[in-house]
Amino acid sequence: MKEITWYGRGGQGAFTASRILGAAAMTGGFKSLAFPSFGPERRGAPIRAFTRISKDRIVDRSIVRNNDYIIVLDDTLYDSALLKSLKENGRLLINTNRDRNYFDDERVLPGDISSYAEQILKRPIVNIGILGMLAAVDPDIGPGEIYKAVTEYMSGKVADNNIMLFDMIYNTYGGRGND
Amino acid sequence: MSETRFISGDEAFAQGIRLARAQVISAYPITPQTIVVERLAEMVEEGQLDSRFIHVESEHSAMMAAMGASAVGARTFTATSSQGLLYMAECLSYVSGGRFPIVMMNANRATALPWSIYGDHRDSLSLLDCGWIQIYVEDAQEALDMAVQAYALAEAEEIRLPVMVNLDGFILTHTYEPVDIPDQETIDAFLPGRDTWDRLDPENPVSMAVTVGPELNEEINILHHKASINALDTIKKVDDKYRKITGRGYGGALRTYLTEDADYILISLGSISGLIREEADRLRDEGIRAGTVSIRMMRPFPRDELIRVLKGARAVGVIDKDISFGYEGTVYTNVNSALMQGRSHIPTYDFVGGIGGRNISLADIEECFKDMMSGRPEESVKFIGTEVEDDIG
Repeated sequence: MKEITWYGRGGQGAFTASRILGAAAMTGGFKSLAFPSFGPERRGAPIRAFTRISKDRIVDRSIVRNNDYIIVLDDTLYDSALLKSLKENGRLLINTNRDRNYFDDERVLPGDISSYAEQILKRPIVNIGILGMLAAVDPDIGPGEIYKAVTEYMSGKVADNNIMLFDMIYNTYGGRGND
Repeated sequence: MSETRFISGDEAFAQGIRLARAQVISAYPITPQTIVVERLAEMVEEGQLDSRFIHVESEHSAMMAAMGASAVGARTFTATSSQGLLYMAECLSYVSGGRFPIVMMNANRATALPWSIYGDHRDSLSLLDCGWIQIYVEDAQEALDMAVQAYALAEAEEIRLPVMVNLDGFILTHTYEPVDIPDQETIDAFLPGRDTWDRLDPENPVSMAVTVGPELNEEINILHHKASINALDTIKKVDDKYRKITGRGYGGALRTYLTEDADYILISLGSISGLIREEADRLRDEGIRAGTVSIRMMRPFPRDELIRVLKGARAVGVIDKDISFGYEGTVYTNVNSALMQGRSHIPTYDFVGGIGGRNISLADIEECFKDMMSGRPEESVKFIGTEVEDDIG
């Protein structure tokens, strides 16, 4: 089973992205769950969301403790202690304009998704963009499934622009099979 | 053709109510129930559901509006949670005593104080005596399917009682997962429109919701009680028919797993049941004969079936997401009463956890089984999960 925790602030779309990823996994033939930890949304407050993906029925609805991926949408929420909740070979994907050396850990994959988002969405919303990094590093999550999920669960223009952003990030971080 | 969508438990329930063609919906929003009535309001607005949506000013009015609509023969729906359920408590016995087959979704949530929007089972368990049938589901698919089945159960001639379907707040209501949504023709074949003799009709005037003296009250209560007991059998028939038509079914009031030869059986309600099955599987790999029971229906209570299922066990545990202050968890009380009536002296253990949304992990469940195996003696009620960090923030 693949377990993913999303860290973001209310309004940054962490829960939405956890659902898009779950829906994409479903399209790809997997079982999946996506759920929040926050209850009522408060703009700006730290929140977590979770995605579980498995070939079999998922019965574990508890908070994810050991992650295949941790995805951090806002680098003010980063703490090196988060790395303790990674499984072996787990990765932490983070939206940041800091240099890779700053993190001093091979498992951290930093990317300045905000600057790409500013170009395409005209706003620093990176929740779908960062899925481009995930799809580039994970063999089970492909662009086709993400396109379908974004198109189905987000509306018209927002979906189109986010797919454009996703593609840009996916290609930048070494995704294959997109051309 | 059915289609599979990635939706939440609330949304799945709304889809079930649409497919059941509820004719009148009255509701007042409360977290974590809100989404189910928002979706239904949208469906009515967009013409996907031919229903009268009444936006009332309180839960008390929601239930009374539903009762009025049900009295003229309409299939009616409402939904609530926690304080909302408690606020409509006065109306719940009106509806059940008057034999109005309303279906209500309750999003299980802690009761105040402390104020909390997160889930546990005290809201619905504190109202076990209100005369309603109470069902607890495990995932979003079962939520959709039971929204539909609940009407078949409620409206059955031998029952004619309201049904409350309970979904764990957030863990089910706000968790998204793949859900198969049957097509309308399939559900129409399972559930025809409500057709009842028991309604207000100007052509044939009758008195409903009556006053009686002591000479009749007990008789009416006896009829109510027998009607409720009938649901233990009818739920199986309803589910058989549903399985034949949709290909999916859940059985009766209990969902048992590996209980046949089990030494240690852990009992629960609702969404935690899946994780307990996983732990039972793990223990089986170690050669420990573990089993699980999920109680799908708390009222009527499946006493005889439970006695049969637990018969050979060496110890029985109950995970209660509720504490009746000053005594023990309410599910535990009900299980013990059944065992006593079955002349069983199996040791039983009460594990209280998941209060106010507290996480219950696989390790917590492993601990429960260990306590049952070692015969932990110290406390009659053990609170679980208190040593782990909170799951907020």
